[in-house]
Amino acid sequence: MDIFTLAEANLISPPILFFVLGLIAAFVRSDLSIPEAIAKALSLYLVMAIGFKGGAEMAAGDLNWSVGGAILAGIVLSALLPILGFGLLMLTTKVGRIDAAAIAAHYGSISIVTFIAASDAARFLDTPGEGFMVAVAAAMEAPAIVTALILAGSAARASNGAEGHGESRLSVLKEIAANGSIVLLIGAFFIGWMTGPRGMMAVSPFFNDIFRGVLCLFLLDMGLVAGRGLLRNWRVLKPGVIGFGLYMPLIGALAGMGTGLAVGLDGGSLGLLMTLAASASYIAVPAALRLALPEARPAISLTLALGITFPFNLVAGIPLYFWLARLVTGTGG
Amino acid sequence: MQTSLKKRLEIIIEMPAVPRLEGVLEKAGVKGWTVLPAKSGRGANGSWSREGQITSAGRMVMVLVIIDPAVLDTVLERVYALLERQIGIVMVSDVQVVRAERF
Repeated sequence: MDIFTLAEANLISPPILFFVLGLIAAFVRSDLSIPEAIAKALSLYLVMAIGFKGGAEMAAGDLNWSVGGAILAGIVLSALLPILGFGLLMLTTKVGRIDAAAIAAHYGSISIVTFIAASDAARFLDTPGEGFMVAVAAAMEAPAIVTALILAGSAARASNGAEGHGESRLSVLKEIAANGSIVLLIGAFFIGWMTGPRGMMAVSPFFNDIFRGVLCLFLLDMGLVAGRGLLRNWRVLKPGVIGFGLYMPLIGALAGMGTGLAVGLDGGSLGLLMTLAASASYIAVPAALRLALPEARPAISLTLALGITFPFNLVAGIPLYFWLARLVTGTGG
Repeated sequence: MQTSLKKRLEIIIEMPAVPRLEGVLEKAGVKGWTVLPAKSGRGANGSWSREGQITSAGRMVMVLVIIDPAVLDTVLERVYALLERQIGIVMVSDVQVVRAERF
């Protein structure tokens, strides 16, 4: 399958089209909206389903050293990508050191929604990855924050230590580990792993049959949120920062490709790792950074991650990463 | 009916910082407070809205506190120490309450 066929298959899939519909609705200032509580419930369902399915798939397969290798690869990527992102931001934009560190943390960490969309696209494209990639996704959430705090240097230390109100790096890690999405992702993964294919059969109508429909509804909401975020805060995004939101995913994906090949991932899993490395967090990291680096301006990092990088990955990045992954691993054309 | 003069603090703060603010209030001896959701708004750091959001980072809340005027300075100092780096605003006003012993 060539890149154009992959891109076309991705673009005309219902979830992507609903996301585009959400963007359009936001840009024409429609009053269409998904209530906050429903959006939250949809995200919990998707995280729960992807975690459970990953665990069940891992239980059905052979457990070997590649699981540890993939998780280690994810941790290394998450820890090192912020250094690259921070350097590029400092060199090519006028954002301050604290904002650069905050943005870099978002890009070292991962977007679980992008991962869910990529997992769905991978199945749609007939190249599903290994179930343990869910564990890789969870492992990649936190290391980027630690790197970003080190990068922020003295300003971060001042923020962390002053008057005892700041967060130590350990407590920031605890904050991320206790984030509801991550607790649910890891918990559902272990439940899926423990109950295996039998457990999956028991809950298949809930986790499989309605999954794509719920994903469509959720991506409609994400389109609305991304579009409205851009409309509200586009002024804070200078051209250099917007450029970063478009080229950093490609750099991350290439780094993910190199790392994934080094640990011997198959085509589907490699595509997922590239997607994870290319994505930017907008759930767990922004909340943790509001405590760890409160001086950073969330309007920049959140608008960039959600308004620029997320749509880019969803529409163009995912097919590109899977095409490259299939090319370099020799799976598919 | 007998009423008493108290101070009303309205603190608009980012949702992720609420647990820490509550800790500060508790340590300062404040007996009670109420956290109210804020829908959307605009400030020095740009616009925000809780609509459709799945992260707490972009959300704001208002913490409503009624305290005795005698402890106002102590509470404000501690709240300010937290808020000087966070996004947020603090308003202080006079208020009449019934059942003064509760505050």
